[in-house]
Amino acid sequence: MSTAAATHDDHHDHHHAPTGLKRWLFSTNHKDIGTLYLWFSFAMFLAGGFMAMVIRAELLEPGMQFVDPEFFNQMTTVHGLVMVFGAVMPATVGLANWMIPLMIGAPDMALPRMNNWSFWILPFAFAILIGSVIMSAFGDGNPSAPNFGWTFYAPLSTKYGPDSTDLFILSVHMMGISSIMGAINVVVTVFNMRAPGMTLMKMPLFVWTWLITAFLLIAVIPVLAGAVTMMLTDRHFGTSFFDAAGGGDPVLFQHIFWFFGHPEVYIMILPSFGIVSAIIPAFARKPLFGYASMVYATASIALLSFVVWAHHMFTVGMPLAGTLFFMYMTMLISVPTGVKVFNWVATMWRGSMSFELPMKWAIAFVVLFTCGGLSGLMLAITPVDFQYHDTYFVVAHFHYVLVTGAIFSIFAAAYYWLPKWSGVMPNKTLGELHFWNSLISANLLFFPMHFVGLAGMPRRYADYALQFADYNFWISIGGFWFGLSQLLFLAVAVLCAMKKGEKAPAKPWDGAEGLEWEVPSPAPFHTYDTPPVVK
Amino acid sequence: MATEKYYVPESSPWPLTASIGLFMTAIGGAKFIQQSTMDTMEPNFFGKPLFFIGLAWLLLVIAAWWRDTIKESVGGLHSNQLGGSYRQGMLWFIFSEVMFFAAFFGAMFYTRWLIIPWLSGEGSNAMTHELLWPGFQAMWPLTVTPDGTTTTPMGAWGLPAINTAILLVSSITLTIAHHALLENQRGKLIIFQAITVVLGVIFLGLQGLEYVHAYDMGLTLDAGIYGSLFFLLTGFHGAHVTIGTIFLFITLIRVIKGHFSPDNCFAWEAGAWYWHFVDVVWLFLFVTVYWL
Repeated sequence: MSTAAATHDDHHDHHHAPTGLKRWLFSTNHKDIGTLYLWFSFAMFLAGGFMAMVIRAELLEPGMQFVDPEFFNQMTTVHGLVMVFGAVMPATVGLANWMIPLMIGAPDMALPRMNNWSFWILPFAFAILIGSVIMSAFGDGNPSAPNFGWTFYAPLSTKYGPDSTDLFILSVHMMGISSIMGAINVVVTVFNMRAPGMTLMKMPLFVWTWLITAFLLIAVIPVLAGAVTMMLTDRHFGTSFFDAAGGGDPVLFQHIFWFFGHPEVYIMILPSFGIVSAIIPAFARKPLFGYASMVYATASIALLSFVVWAHHMFTVGMPLAGTLFFMYMTMLISVPTGVKVFNWVATMWRGSMSFELPMKWAIAFVVLFTCGGLSGLMLAITPVDFQYHDTYFVVAHFHYVLVTGAIFSIFAAAYYWLPKWSGVMPNKTLGELHFWNSLISANLLFFPMHFVGLAGMPRRYADYALQFADYNFWISIGGFWFGLSQLLFLAVAVLCAMKKGEKAPAKPWDGAEGLEWEVPSPAPFHTYDTPPVVK
Repeated sequence: MATEKYYVPESSPWPLTASIGLFMTAIGGAKFIQQSTMDTMEPNFFGKPLFFIGLAWLLLVIAAWWRDTIKESVGGLHSNQLGGSYRQGMLWFIFSEVMFFAAFFGAMFYTRWLIIPWLSGEGSNAMTHELLWPGFQAMWPLTVTPDGTTTTPMGAWGLPAINTAILLVSSITLTIAHHALLENQRGKLIIFQAITVVLGVIFLGLQGLEYVHAYDMGLTLDAGIYGSLFFLLTGFHGAHVTIGTIFLFITLIRVIKGHFSPDNCFAWEAGAWYWHFVDVVWLFLFVTVYWL
């Protein structure tokens, strides 16, 4: 019973936090695990960004300069996988870990040890994935890393996949285990750990959006696991899932993948909606306009996300009825999304606005995410999509929603909550430089992609026709500029971690609402071990 | 409620060590599969040995992890609040398992309703049929694949029907055991849970026998899409029955050790839910894979 006694003692002594390496390796503390997630995701963001810069270096000029096409394919593939599974998803899980218990008045996540396991799987899973890239670049005989695009369509990933595909499959399984456990933890925390009085419709929208995100994760990550399992058996055990000669179909892969893949893009963006819904009211000094409609809109988006997957595959060949169904369903999503955008704008309408760093990022999010949403609406129109499919227009679209959407909102969240996490205000000068450089460079990087895409430049190629040279030069300049600008955030984060900067009060933003601002900054190691009462 | 303290466990080495186990299992597993199915791969340490070391490591860590949890439970550290978290967590886990099976069931219906008719020229696919495999005929089960591999379908009314009966009976015996647990009738609980475990083992034995028959009559994993779906669906189901049987066996030992009471029996009920889940999956399998 020594465990019991020790655990009990710990309860009485809140100032005693574990120290040294053990604190991080063996943690059961939601704040420490959240911090680990956030640093990990930032490291992955830089790694994936480095790969993007390899891509942009090669595309700076027409012709082949730096890498061979085979390695270029590996770069586009692993860049996508690292950014989706390594940067955006873990970053939002890190935010969930830090903020959900604070926001609902819980002492920790519901299942703290499992929480730590969700995190610690990730470095190992990405060691496998990135290890195969390192082997490809420097290893004996340069064995190819995954090279089939982040969507790993069969038969590129089955019949023609390199040997590293099997390692990739198992690393996806590991990421999946991590995601499912993390998501179960969030759902259970929200349903079971709310402070008395914190009814569902009083929860901050960040908690709501994450609850719905977690539901999506639990529903679709196992489907991805099924898809990669079928890949593995097709590759090695003679099954015919994706092989028409045996009665299967490569298109079946696309259906299963996108049944996961479309909810997956909402998994990446819904937490962003929650972040922006917290920040805009704080700096407009008005309550969020249409709280209930925000909740219902989030739920509608999530439910619709299950019935739109085939809009990724209009050109693959489908019966007309199917095409029409997926087109209309996709367009329907713009309704709840529009509700959200109008609510954010209405929140700002006649507010006492001020433009601190989090607000700058949040407004940039609203404007630029809407751009990405509108190009998405164009892509949803089937006959038009036949023209746009697999061009840089698609690349522009999803980078607007994922970079200037998801990633901008994650930066907004970081600047908003860094005072709470670290106890010091993020450095304003560096922060302003980071914001303006990112804003301008991201648009220089992604906006011209619309033009080259409409003009017919295909994605995923290491070379292009001469007519695209000027735009691609500027896109590459934007790319390097955006990538290097992120080092400014590294400086901001390191300064905060070292507690260098102006000391933050418990509530550094005067218009901010929510339980997280009622605990001191930095938030103590243990918070709310007796639940607060919410009126 | 307002005065009850939450339980937050001490820091624990198990999550990190379990991740290391998973890491070894994944790398070893990928290499093991390659080395045993591809002629170009030479077996080396980074295959079979690493896979089995990783797996054993993972199982040991999980055992140690659950030992800690059981100690806390028996030591009375688990509040009702935590019990609720465990229960909800288990239900969501089962939901994720349902979605895993949904991927394979979805693949089956897509194959039966769309791929096979299209390959035989239905809809706007006349030329697909004409140009690719003009001799191909649509049928389910697909006993002749487009490239001419032949196989034999597995009938529903032999072993599979017996297995259905076994699983249904096992769900009933488990429910009787559950009522016995809630009414503190230990003798009855132990007997009916033991029967459930034995039925699980019999089911797995018969399933193994069925696979032997299947291979004898030419229904193999590489016999086209019917064999692929048949073996992956029933195989993953069998894997889940195996886990469920082990789960019930361990909670049986814990019943004998007196770990559970009517108001502290989460692990037991989690095992029971899991068992009912594999039972329901089997019913779907029996109807859609074997019967129709």
